[in-house]
Amino acid sequence: MGAQLRVFRRRIKSVGATKKITKAMELIASSRIVKAQQRVDAALPYTTELLRALSAAAAHSQSGHLFVGKEGEHTRAAMCLITADRGLAGAYSSAAIKEGEALTRLLNDKGITVRPYLVGRKAVGFYRFRERDIAGQWTGFTDQPTYEAAAEIAAALIEAFLTPVEEGGCEEIHLVYTHFENMAVQRVATRRLLPVEIVQDEVPPPDGQPYPLYNFEPSPQGVLDALLPKYITNLVYTALLLSAASEHAARRRAMKSATDNADDLMKSLTRQANQARQAEITQEISEIVGGADALSSANAGS
Amino acid sequence: MGELLVDLVAVDRQVWSGQAKIVVAKTVDGEMGILPQHEPVLAVLADGTVRLETLDGKRMVFAVHGGFFSVDRDRVTILAESAEASDEIDVVRAESALERARAAGLDSPEEVAAYHRAETRLRVASTHTR
Repeated sequence: MGAQLRVFRRRIKSVGATKKITKAMELIASSRIVKAQQRVDAALPYTTELLRALSAAAAHSQSGHLFVGKEGEHTRAAMCLITADRGLAGAYSSAAIKEGEALTRLLNDKGITVRPYLVGRKAVGFYRFRERDIAGQWTGFTDQPTYEAAAEIAAALIEAFLTPVEEGGCEEIHLVYTHFENMAVQRVATRRLLPVEIVQDEVPPPDGQPYPLYNFEPSPQGVLDALLPKYITNLVYTALLLSAASEHAARRRAMKSATDNADDLMKSLTRQANQARQAEITQEISEIVGGADALSSANAGS
Repeated sequence: MGELLVDLVAVDRQVWSGQAKIVVAKTVDGEMGILPQHEPVLAVLADGTVRLETLDGKRMVFAVHGGFFSVDRDRVTILAESAEASDEIDVVRAESALERARAAGLDSPEEVAAYHRAETRLRVASTHTR
């Protein structure tokens, strides 16, 4: 076998092995999207009911809450950036990081310092490589986020919000995550967590009737105080779940195009290998014919 | 007398849904019994148990942590960070959790809360086995 042909055969084999891996990752990601979507759906009843209760409590509570106030000139903000732990997910992490950079620039232009709270190894790596200050980081669960993780992140964000600015607190909390619209479309989204934006209009009371005159236990303010941290935690949890679903979808898409690409590559390599083999055979034949010709003409001459 | 339509929802799943004659829940101010035709209430739950009796007289107990509930036109919605029915709790694991909580001591509010949570779960689990 000629050297050229051997090289082609080796490359075909290695591309085939890569294709097997990417194909497997594609299948794994596909099955995980479904699971991640189920988790998003399973969390929905809680979110709906929480928003309903919160809207009712907010409608009945006259005085402003700690989480609602603090409007006006801000100087410090926190940004929670949700990315993946692992790569091979196309532009998933880099799109989120890019959005985070854009948000940081926007806030900086307004004279606001941004403190990054990072979720996922990709974001941590990005910030560490640039030797930037990291206010908080969480890794190791982005493909299957738990409520406990969300609670931990939310607690850190709420604490930053409640700390006075002079002591290193933040006046705004922003969340950058990837919204999962459907299998084909995921887009990076930015949302302000705190101060809380008006929630009353988000969930209209069912049947178009106004909210009943609830009796609040212990008090409207007390209920609001208890519900708002849960609301923030729930927003973080939902964002984590949506981002996880998006991550799997992005990975599936990236792995699918890698598999397709490996297919194309194998096809063209096989063609080249065939050509090389054919050239080898042609050469051998012409050598034999040439040799026989030389022999017979030598015999005829004698 | 009508009946109550009860939804018990944890953050990541619907724990129980159905009709009930009575729901008893522990709020931060004390225990509260809900019968049909109850006035609308929105209350913060203390960590503890939620008990209810279904239409066919079956009693159910749930260990609930970090929740609140609303009552509106005979519709009772209980939301919790975690909620488990008595038959879902693994007694052995609940026991070891209690043991761990006791070993950790009761110095900080978190440790006390963890201890009470473990205790509640075990109590709820034992109502089922009995």
